[in-house]
Amino acid sequence: MGNYYQPEIETASREKILEIQNEKIVKQVRHVYENVPYYKKLMDEKGVTPDDIKSVDDIKKLPFLTKADLREAYPYGLLGTDLKNCVRIQSTSGTTGKRVVAFYTQHDIDLWEDCCARAIVAAGGTNEDVCQVCYGYGLFTGGAGLHGGSHKVGCLTLPMSSGNTDRQIQFMMDLGSTILCCTPSYAAYIGESLAEAGYSPSDNKLKAGIFGAEPWTEEMRRSIEKSLGIKAYDIYGLTETSGPGVSFECEEQTGMHINEDHFYAEIIDPETGEVLPEGSKGELVFTSLDKEAFPLLRYRTRDICVLTRKKCSCGRTHVKMCKPMGRSDDMLIIRGVNVFPSQIETVLLNEGYTPNYQIIVDRVNNSDTLDINVEFAPDQFSDKVSDTQSKEKALEGAMRTMLGIGPKVHLVPPKSVIRSEGKAVRVIDKRKLHD
Amino acid sequence: MAIKQLSVFVENKPGKLLEIVKALAGAKVNIRAMSIADTKDFGILRLIVSDTDKAKEILSDDCVVTVTPVIAAEMSDKAGALSSILEDFGYENINIEYMYAFTASTELGAYVVLRVDDNDAAERILKSKGISVLDSLAI
Repeated sequence: MGNYYQPEIETASREKILEIQNEKIVKQVRHVYENVPYYKKLMDEKGVTPDDIKSVDDIKKLPFLTKADLREAYPYGLLGTDLKNCVRIQSTSGTTGKRVVAFYTQHDIDLWEDCCARAIVAAGGTNEDVCQVCYGYGLFTGGAGLHGGSHKVGCLTLPMSSGNTDRQIQFMMDLGSTILCCTPSYAAYIGESLAEAGYSPSDNKLKAGIFGAEPWTEEMRRSIEKSLGIKAYDIYGLTETSGPGVSFECEEQTGMHINEDHFYAEIIDPETGEVLPEGSKGELVFTSLDKEAFPLLRYRTRDICVLTRKKCSCGRTHVKMCKPMGRSDDMLIIRGVNVFPSQIETVLLNEGYTPNYQIIVDRVNNSDTLDINVEFAPDQFSDKVSDTQSKEKALEGAMRTMLGIGPKVHLVPPKSVIRSEGKAVRVIDKRKLHD
Repeated sequence: MAIKQLSVFVENKPGKLLEIVKALAGAKVNIRAMSIADTKDFGILRLIVSDTDKAKEILSDDCVVTVTPVIAAEMSDKAGALSSILEDFGYENINIEYMYAFTASTELGAYVVLRVDDNDAAERILKSKGISVLDSLAI
């Protein structure tokens, strides 16, 4: 059994969680309908009224919100309360278009920080810990969320923000940081820097790390755990729902518990929008159950995921989500099977190849073909044709296991995959030309 | 003594081989012997050249190149010359990955380049049979 920040809710019975959710969703839909004209219009168009929503089972009747809605409604269109009730703004980096600006009342900040506090306690945090937060501070939700959570747990909080690695290491060693919060890639970088500075993993006092805000693999987890001598926990969230802490890992490290008293999760078919049963792979959709200022209902995250309610050894009863397996925007349907470039990348990294590849999908005689060009490293080249061919066969086997369909793999020389403005063109779907 | 062979990965596309031989010509590197193994997607060009190090340096800019030790054995111009060597290789369980023939010059005669899994054993057999093996590229 583990440690909990709010044991009564984190280990509540399924009936109790459902009761909380049902009570909140009825109130929340009415709140949104009355305060967010943008969403009221969507509901009216779909012919849904707040009276139709009596429990979380009725959430499927509600219209979806997408990133496009957020852009269109920017900046105030989805605001659920008067600005005078709001105390904070956070924002996304805006790398994929217009920034998303999220608003928070004090109530919203509190529930967000509670979620982060649950994550820190699940990672073993107590008021005796020194928590070094090196997520970026400022508009980015990473720094603010974990900082707030760390305060709630009562950790001695080091608000480092990101960058200046020498200073990070100096504070870590001098002040004996025990918990590290940052992106997994920065954690890996700190690990390397510590080794370069001559420290061994046992020289630091760190015991746990809470890493998120970008995709990372199990291999990366093991490597970070080794280089820092810690246990590494995943945390998930997005600015649209509040920030990090929407879900977090417990000591079992087999998925992230979604804070279901605040966020209702669904998995849908990204093509049809149909809700899929537990255990299905599909797009993750979140409904905020009790946020006031930015109360998004049925927000499509584009993250592809699987949910499971299998009993967890940590004692938490909240549903678990797997690490996102890709983005629905990237999804290819080949011979009826959903294929994500990220799956192909995982196979390549596992098999010792660079992640430089190109997927070519075509349709020959009414059947889809999948070809993957993979760059090999110079030291992987052999003068024997049979060596190259057996490497291709081995990759094809590994791909078939991961994807569920068999591709044709072609090993190609380094730097031969077409690059556009420095970024590799990952997917060429020739089928679109035939439409 | 094994000699050095350059193995170059070549995409199976028009013009690719030309790029390589042009680069060698530009550097005044002479090709003594060559063979190409082809598949649908790619070929592996195997070269014995007058200056292996220089050729490798030039080709490495744009190609994947590796140096492989191979044996160049003199072949007498008689029926059964090759078969007698291969028979002995068979007894000793030496596997030939690939081979190709070339003529060094009118005086020196014909050679076969042998890529085997055990160079030392192969050379021992050849020497015991009185077959001369090239030990440098001075051909």
